[in-house]
Amino acid sequence: MNRPDPDALLARVQSETSTRTRGKLKIFLGYAAGVGKTYAMLQAARQRKEQSIDVVVAYAETHGRQETDALLEGLEILPRKTIEYRGVTLSDMDLDAVLARKPQLALVDELAHTNAEGMRHPKRVQDVLEILDAGIDVYTTLNIQHLESLNDVVAQITGVYVRETLPDSILDTADDIELIDLPPEELLQRLRDGKVYVPEQAQRALNKFFRQGNLTALREMTLRRAAMRVDDQMRDYMRTRAIPGPWAAGERLMVAVSASALGEKLVRRARHLADELNAAWFVVFVETREQLRLSQSQQDQLARTLHLAEELGAQTQTLAANEIVPALMDFARAHNITKIIAGKPLRPRWQEFLRGSLVQQLIRASGEIDVYVVSAQAESAAQSLRASWRPHAPFIRYVYAALLIAAATILSLLVDPFLSNTNLAMFYLLAVVIAALFLGRGPSVFASVLGVLAFDFIFVPPLLNFAVNDTEYVLTFIALFAVGLVVSELTARVREQADAARQREQDNAALYALSRDLAVTANSKDILRALETNAALVFDRRVTILLPGKTGKELKPIAGDGAELAENEYGVALWAYEHGQTAGRDTDTLPAAKMRFVPLKTARGILGVIGVTRSDESKPLSPSQRRMFDTFASLVATAIERIQLADTARQAQVRQETEELQNALLNSVSHDLRTPLVSITGALTSLQEDAALDDATRHALIENARGETERLNRLVGNLLDMTRVEAGALHLRLEPSDMQDAIGSALEQLERRLQGREVRVQLPEDLPLVPMDFALIVQVLVNLIDNALKYSQAPIEIRAHAQSTQIQVQVLDRGIGIPSAELPYIFDRLYRVQRPEMVSGTGMGLAICKGIVEAHGGTITAENRLGGGTLITFTLPLKNISDATKRG
Amino acid sequence: MAEGARILIVDDEPAIRRFLKTVLTAHGYTVFEATRGEEAISQVTAQRPDAIVLDLGLPDMDGVQVTRVLREWLQTPILILSVRGSEVDKIAALDAGADDYLTKPFGSGELLARLRVALRRAAKNANEPIFQTGALKIDFAKRVVMMNENEIQLTPTEYDLLRALALDAGKVLTHHHLLRAVWGVGYDEEMHMLRVNISNLRKKIEPDATRPRYIVTEPGVGYRLRVSE
Repeated sequence: MNRPDPDALLARVQSETSTRTRGKLKIFLGYAAGVGKTYAMLQAARQRKEQSIDVVVAYAETHGRQETDALLEGLEILPRKTIEYRGVTLSDMDLDAVLARKPQLALVDELAHTNAEGMRHPKRVQDVLEILDAGIDVYTTLNIQHLESLNDVVAQITGVYVRETLPDSILDTADDIELIDLPPEELLQRLRDGKVYVPEQAQRALNKFFRQGNLTALREMTLRRAAMRVDDQMRDYMRTRAIPGPWAAGERLMVAVSASALGEKLVRRARHLADELNAAWFVVFVETREQLRLSQSQQDQLARTLHLAEELGAQTQTLAANEIVPALMDFARAHNITKIIAGKPLRPRWQEFLRGSLVQQLIRASGEIDVYVVSAQAESAAQSLRASWRPHAPFIRYVYAALLIAAATILSLLVDPFLSNTNLAMFYLLAVVIAALFLGRGPSVFASVLGVLAFDFIFVPPLLNFAVNDTEYVLTFIALFAVGLVVSELTARVREQADAARQREQDNAALYALSRDLAVTANSKDILRALETNAALVFDRRVTILLPGKTGKELKPIAGDGAELAENEYGVALWAYEHGQTAGRDTDTLPAAKMRFVPLKTARGILGVIGVTRSDESKPLSPSQRRMFDTFASLVATAIERIQLADTARQAQVRQETEELQNALLNSVSHDLRTPLVSITGALTSLQEDAALDDATRHALIENARGETERLNRLVGNLLDMTRVEAGALHLRLEPSDMQDAIGSALEQLERRLQGREVRVQLPEDLPLVPMDFALIVQVLVNLIDNALKYSQAPIEIRAHAQSTQIQVQVLDRGIGIPSAELPYIFDRLYRVQRPEMVSGTGMGLAICKGIVEAHGGTITAENRLGGGTLITFTLPLKNISDATKRG
Repeated sequence: MAEGARILIVDDEPAIRRFLKTVLTAHGYTVFEATRGEEAISQVTAQRPDAIVLDLGLPDMDGVQVTRVLREWLQTPILILSVRGSEVDKIAALDAGADDYLTKPFGSGELLARLRVALRRAAKNANEPIFQTGALKIDFAKRVVMMNENEIQLTPTEYDLLRALALDAGKVLTHHHLLRAVWGVGYDEEMHMLRVNISNLRKKIEPDATRPRYIVTEPGVGYRLRVSE
């Protein structure tokens, strides 16, 4: 009879789904051509092939080197794709062939390669990403100078500008990086020996490149990048396991960028600094009114800069403001920035004096924050002029307003002979409108007042006197003044509306950022982290999420990092939760509390509350910020609801699987329980009812019935043990125990079954005491010896010896062994090796052994012996396992 | 006095009481029955049994508690019936003064043998100068241990341990009991000392230390010096 094995079913489903996941990327990273990346890659591939991994060479460039060519032998090489392009035959990797062939591992040399025209993607890295998406692992090679963030530095060091660049993120997301290193002297020697392939046309450039100093610098850069990645992995590891570490409270950098080419350079520099300082970094662009009129190329430049920043791992933020420096400083203070990086545009001194340099203002305003100024050689003065022609210092604007009026006056004087006085007022009006447009409300009002006065003083008789002869002029004055006021008011209003629109856009961006972060969360801790990051960014607040516990009458913080609430704060949280209303600080309910609690409302009810902490210095949230925060809360509520629903679905699935398992167990048990009962009942009824039986038959019946009761007893014992193991209710009473004693006890228990069977016990004299639950380990030994008895006739051997940190016990028989295909499953519950009919068992014995041994922190394995038979080995650690599993 | 002795059976399961009564009566014992702890205590007073077979799981009170109550004024041997896995309860009952235990299910032969040993020990007058079982002989007066007439050299601790086991030969002695008897109060946690000494003792007196004949381990409970009948 063949019972279904639920575990095997489950395993198959899991393996099927896992094949659909993304492939793994391994990069062989070197600092220059010729260090042996391709060679190393091919060697690694050959090793994988020996492990019967399906390896295919999608593209390899050996440059005709014999040693490397030799490695290609025996590997499957896909033919390249050739295409005719404008009369030239070009060949490159055949992406479709790789995807169609679908190997487990594809080798793709030279990741930074730019594809031939006409291929699907312009860059090879895009091909590689597509291959990875198809679930194929990729090995590839890369030289450090192709990394985007190092591009400038490499160019500076070597004087060679590398055009084929890759975003740093490819290195960061690679699953594995192997550093291929070679001392520069050896590389140069190889170069001299002609072992490094150098294309003819690039000979001169490369000679310049391959210099000891260059190579050493590149090598250092490569080693540092690799070390940094190891660091990152460590940090990721610590973060995913919630190990508290020193990463949070470090430096925070802010880069102020403009729409100039200098931005990209600033961003790259900042990434280096951020990496070195292990700091979080922000790239900030302040959008003022002038920036609305950026040229198309400037807007592109800005987009490129911000995109690069994101690629390099920065958080980017666009701030809408009238004044650049105050906006930057507000952001810096709100985000606890410790260092500001800004560019130094080249500009004539007189301009700086007249209009005030941004950097100067920044330095003056920065206070305790360090300001780093990066020089900009690339930027032309013309560009920088255009980028910020609007004066930054406010008082200067009044001077400008005055100058405008002066200009109007001069113009009026020039045309005075030809025009009537009232028409001259139009020049002043024009000046006021210009002032309103470009200088803001104050300067324009100032201009209109000044204009009226100047007009009166210079052009209205009596001349050079503020007195007015003709009352008609009063109307002109009023009109001039009124128009000035109205124009400046209207302009200001338009600007405010633009500001509001920009604010809305920023809010939307913040909401988008949060919902994007929440979309990828898988558990409540992720949600908390997403909320923490975004809330800190937008509101400068720390947050906690409290969810109800099992009883529904208590609230518990999600993360345990000191998020325990004081009792009165907890009371406020509970109130907010029960009433579905915001309570605590900055509200009408219980405002004395330190925190503010916002309920998480969904259609299904209130899921919990968000607690918001503000430091005593920080301002209360503005009404619009408050609305914004409520939106945050509802986003978080939806995310939590989604996770809870997913949890419910998962639990239902687990319940179903458990049910299936229970059914299988029930089937098995009802069979195994009935069989002995049938024999016993049969024997007893025969004895009672059949008087004709002779003594020998009676004796045989009784003996059989007795054997069956023992079997029944073992089965019930196994069931109890199994239940305990399954339920995790295995409480170990660890005591230093003598393994010899345990073996003796096990043999004692099996005494009846051991009649006439030889058991050889080989133990060293000096076996140490082992911390173990004596009774349970005896149970393990009984099960193992019992199995050996069942499946073999020859003597059974038991051996034990101590290794440095563990004791190893082996039970050996010379029985029929276990088919090797079944070896991996024999410790699964209910698994029984297909055996002759006469041998009975429940398939639980070995699963129980595994459960007990693993609860001790040990291992258990089975193998077939040379010459037939089975060898079961289990180990127990000699050092006490953690106190958590220890009792009394 | 083995035959004809009066035995009190305390168990709430009628099937088990019936089985015990059948077996014991067939071997000439006089059997009384009780189904509950309270009833057991009153039966002991009324019937004055020579031995008590007591189930650990009783409906009204714990078997351990019954043992404790009885031991306040009674020396009658108590044999505990229990199921596998309740080592903690067994130890508690033994420490409370029970003489031995049987794990269900058990054979009638095993039950009768344990009962005989318990009755014999109860009848024996204390402190015989020489103990002997199988090839093992202990002369308490001379502090000499002999195996097949050959003197065996024991350390003082090993001797004390063997003596403690021999004085209550046939009875299960808990780890706790042995540690107190040999090392004294305050050594309750020093289990490894007991293990090491038992191991050494076995190497000296057992013919095959991996299959001990004299010092038997009761897994999770303690040790017993097996007496040949």
